[in-house]
Amino acid sequence: MSARNVVIIGYGMAGARLADEIRRRDPEGDRVRLTVLGEEPHPAYNRVLLSTVVAGGMNADTVRLHDSEWAAQTQVDLRLGTRVTQIDPARRLVRTETEDFPYDSVVLATGAAPWMPPVEGLELGPEVVAFRTLDDCARIVDAARPGAPVAVLGGGLLGLEAARGLAGRGANVTVVHPQPHVLERQLDSGAGRVLARRLAELGVTFRFEVTAARHLPGDGLKLDDGSFVPADLVVVAAGVRPETSLAEAAGLAVDRGILVDDLLRTSDGRIHALGDCARHPGAPAGLVQPAWEQAAVLADLLTGADATARYRGTRTVTRLKARDIDLAALGETQVTSEDAAAEVVTFDDPSGGRYGKLVVRGDRVTGAILLGLPDAAATVTQLHDRGTPVPEDRLAVLLGRAMPAGAPTAASPADLPASTVICRCNAVTKGRLIEAWRGGATDAAALARTTRATTGCGSCRDTVGAVADWLAAQ
Amino acid sequence: MPHVDTHCPYCALQCGMRLDETRVTPRNFPVNAGGLCQKGWTAGALLKSGARLTSPLLRRDGELQPVSWGEALDFVADQLLASRREHGADSVAVFGGGGLTNEKAYLLGKFARVALGTSQIDYNGRFCMSSAAAAGMRAFGVDRGLPFPVTDLAGADVVLLAGANPAETMPPFMQHLDSAELIVIDPRRTPTAERAALHLAPAPGTDLALALGILHAVVAEGHLDKSYVDLRTAGFDEMWRIAATWWPERVERVTGVSAADQRQAAEMLARAGNAYVLTGRGTEQHASGTATVGGWINLALALGLPGRAGSGFGCLTGQGNGQGGREHGQKADQLPGYRKIDDPAARAHVAEVWGVPAESLPGPGRSAVELLDELGESIKALLVFGSNPVVSAPRSSRVQERLAGLDLLVVADFVLSETAELADVVFPVPQWAEEEGTLTNLEGRVLLRQRSIDPPDGVRSDLSLLRDLAVRIGQPVERFPDDAAEVFEELRAASKGGAADYSGVTYQRLRSGEALHWPVPDEAHPGTPRMFLDGFAHPDGRARFADVDHSGPAELPDEVFPLQATTGRVLQHYQSGAQTRRIAELTAVVPEVFVEVHPDTAARSGLADGDRAVVRSRRGETVAQVRCVPSMRADLVFMPFHFPGAARANLVTNPALDPVSRMPEFKVCAVSLARAEA
Repeated sequence: MSARNVVIIGYGMAGARLADEIRRRDPEGDRVRLTVLGEEPHPAYNRVLLSTVVAGGMNADTVRLHDSEWAAQTQVDLRLGTRVTQIDPARRLVRTETEDFPYDSVVLATGAAPWMPPVEGLELGPEVVAFRTLDDCARIVDAARPGAPVAVLGGGLLGLEAARGLAGRGANVTVVHPQPHVLERQLDSGAGRVLARRLAELGVTFRFEVTAARHLPGDGLKLDDGSFVPADLVVVAAGVRPETSLAEAAGLAVDRGILVDDLLRTSDGRIHALGDCARHPGAPAGLVQPAWEQAAVLADLLTGADATARYRGTRTVTRLKARDIDLAALGETQVTSEDAAAEVVTFDDPSGGRYGKLVVRGDRVTGAILLGLPDAAATVTQLHDRGTPVPEDRLAVLLGRAMPAGAPTAASPADLPASTVICRCNAVTKGRLIEAWRGGATDAAALARTTRATTGCGSCRDTVGAVADWLAAQ
Repeated sequence: MPHVDTHCPYCALQCGMRLDETRVTPRNFPVNAGGLCQKGWTAGALLKSGARLTSPLLRRDGELQPVSWGEALDFVADQLLASRREHGADSVAVFGGGGLTNEKAYLLGKFARVALGTSQIDYNGRFCMSSAAAAGMRAFGVDRGLPFPVTDLAGADVVLLAGANPAETMPPFMQHLDSAELIVIDPRRTPTAERAALHLAPAPGTDLALALGILHAVVAEGHLDKSYVDLRTAGFDEMWRIAATWWPERVERVTGVSAADQRQAAEMLARAGNAYVLTGRGTEQHASGTATVGGWINLALALGLPGRAGSGFGCLTGQGNGQGGREHGQKADQLPGYRKIDDPAARAHVAEVWGVPAESLPGPGRSAVELLDELGESIKALLVFGSNPVVSAPRSSRVQERLAGLDLLVVADFVLSETAELADVVFPVPQWAEEEGTLTNLEGRVLLRQRSIDPPDGVRSDLSLLRDLAVRIGQPVERFPDDAAEVFEELRAASKGGAADYSGVTYQRLRSGEALHWPVPDEAHPGTPRMFLDGFAHPDGRARFADVDHSGPAELPDEVFPLQATTGRVLQHYQSGAQTRRIAELTAVVPEVFVEVHPDTAARSGLADGDRAVVRSRRGETVAQVRCVPSMRADLVFMPFHFPGAARANLVTNPALDPVSRMPEFKVCAVSLARAEA
């Protein structure tokens, strides 16, 4: 059987991952002859790490997904700087300006493009950048001089990560957000307030419930309430729109994304889509995790490694990647204590930068917000993902203390029960030490000789000394 | 006899002790600095124990009955010859142990390849060190557990222990960590974790993701030791393409270890002047164990630790001679001196020392689990030395079935172990203090264990047993010396030029107290306490990053088996417990198997502290006493593996194998928990 021709349109996180997953299952290219068409001129990079680039921990080199030799080493026909002009389903051709690529299957991994809010004078250019590409990052980093005024349009995940990174570099950042609190899709208002306050402490200014009306290049933004935000640079993070133009032109069903089923098929069975350009009922938009899970399923199907593979949706956890802020949100976060069917436990500590909310139904976590509670975030996420019953002490879970530290050390040896093991290496209890003392071993050295306490790792030396002192004082 | 300075019979730390008849006192030796754990203190109790075997046993009418040495040897030799005649040389297999001296391990390998002509030899170290060994070999070009003396750890600011619980498994070792801040990676809050400045408790089987997450944080926070990576390593870029996809928040999702803690671990390691990364069985005994150790080595390399004085990477070897035992030819793919059996130069060298044609040496054989799985199929006879696979192998009920399918099972041991109970012939052999021999401890130091008391009448050494069998199956007597010193001379020659070169080690140098860490290429050479200071053992002198990716446990929990089980050791017992369960003072502390469970999890199964529970997996079930431990993860149970019969933890463990090391997945499997029928 000859290899089938698979053409992937798009060399971003989804397209690159799909190529990796296909080659993992078919390293020699026996089953799939793979062509990847990328519009950008450079190799794929990890968009998730762009906020780390802005924050300063990484550079363009460390966020690359592939080396320049990747295509040659993995038998992939990779075309960079290649714009696809048309998919011709009747002839099974992907057309570019210079060449036609025949396919048995084609995969749309065209991603999404930043949405530009309707603001007069706002056009991408030297003073206006989206926060989407490596080039955008370079521009943002370049503009982020200490004291430089920067405006961020949008208080979603990307906007806040950009704002935090910019503030960390000393820029004078203002976030303009049309809603009453940040991350309104992921957080309730209480958490939104605490998060904004925490960001404010880190140097970010917020303007809520206003929208930008006009951009004055080099000067700033005029808002719809008549006020003004100074800005050398405007970072647009107002959301994205799935890139669907090729799909629409090819006659595929599109509704705020290219519609796909559990096999990641579009309305044409030979055309698949995944990642930000696709819309599956179980996949939240704008996150990498669904795209990667879809890539694994699609690779199983395209290589024949597992013809029964299906994508059933992704349970995502919102994580803000911003230095000194730890935020996780998952599941139903807007539930209030008025919902009698749910147990809702909350914890609100605005001045400490902490906010916790746990929603439990039938002993299982169905929603949570954990801000400034990193241990709880880790534990609750696992309880949620694994469907493990929630420990009885809900508040302990929320505070990240469901797993207590070891036995507390008693202030005085007098308070320890006789059965307490003092020397673990030699299984010597407090009772045994007392017995040895009464038998004439009346100092720490004699106790050690008689009972062997302290003769293993030696870590109980202080405790044995304290027991000896206590016995001497009796 | 006056008192003799010797070493403990148990773990790879090989604490110095003094033996006066059966009375043990600690001795000031560098690894234990005068300390001993309860096992060491009581080690003399088994020397005069009534549980000792003092006569060969032969199964007649279904019963093991005492017979003379001559009769037992003749019987076994006849059977071995018949098996070879009827089914070929590979129908006879040998199973060794990591507690055997270097001399025994060496001679066992020679006996298998030369006298039996079989390729089928492996040992229980496959269950212990194989993943660490494979990863170390790949990264550094050679595998020595600690490539530095244990005492160097005292100068560390930070030590990361991944899946190691030395506070229980080698207590006196903890003295070397007194001044370091510890980062302990363990799903359980072990006694070692209680000593930690930072305890990270990943879900079982997710250690590799955690290693990648900490490495990611090291790079993202600008702590990559770039000049070290450029000068001393290869493969960073390929490795990083994978590690780049494991940012801490993603790792948190998989491991349950908070992103903040991952970053803190990275920060602590990066800021330390001197730091070490050490692994143990918890992170190694997985179907992805080699990759996981590779992940920890990657972290150490990114921080520039290995091959730098005062810092490093190492693994904590388990069994007494776990290090030497993997170097001298009882491993399926190896010849003495840590040589590869499929390397023509290695074969030629060893064949010359043995006085046989190189082409007569068999090739690589099956690894431990695969060998045990083949019993009763193409393998008809098995000789077991220093091992108790009925208790220690994964899915042990199946091992028992396979053993029953053999034509001949021969066990050499000093007590009637659970495996010996099933044998056709049992040979009584001496234990540690009754014979001379060398061991190589966890830091690659060769130690001479001296004879301090006489073995009981009727006992003969493993070496003479091998010789007597070899002669009976047609070997010249001079080819199988039965004196340990003489065997060691041969081992020196056979190891010469190999990775683990012992040719400069002599009994005389050891008796004089010299600290000889291999390689010791000639008698004037002072040994190599610290390896890699000038370069790694690959031809280009560079260490290799491993491009490893997280895959997770071979078996995930589901509705029928909703929990995960992990296994391990307790302080009072050693391995299969064949020795320690016969010492009253130890069994008084830990008499029987238990299962540690979070109180909520126990309550959901209708169990309370002290109840008897059935822990069940797809492979079998174990009955254990419930211990409610509030620090346990609610989705995890723990059982020690030292107990026999229905109390074997290994009745439930998963024999899924690592593709490189062939290590079984002892440390995680899916189980259910229920009340045991009264």
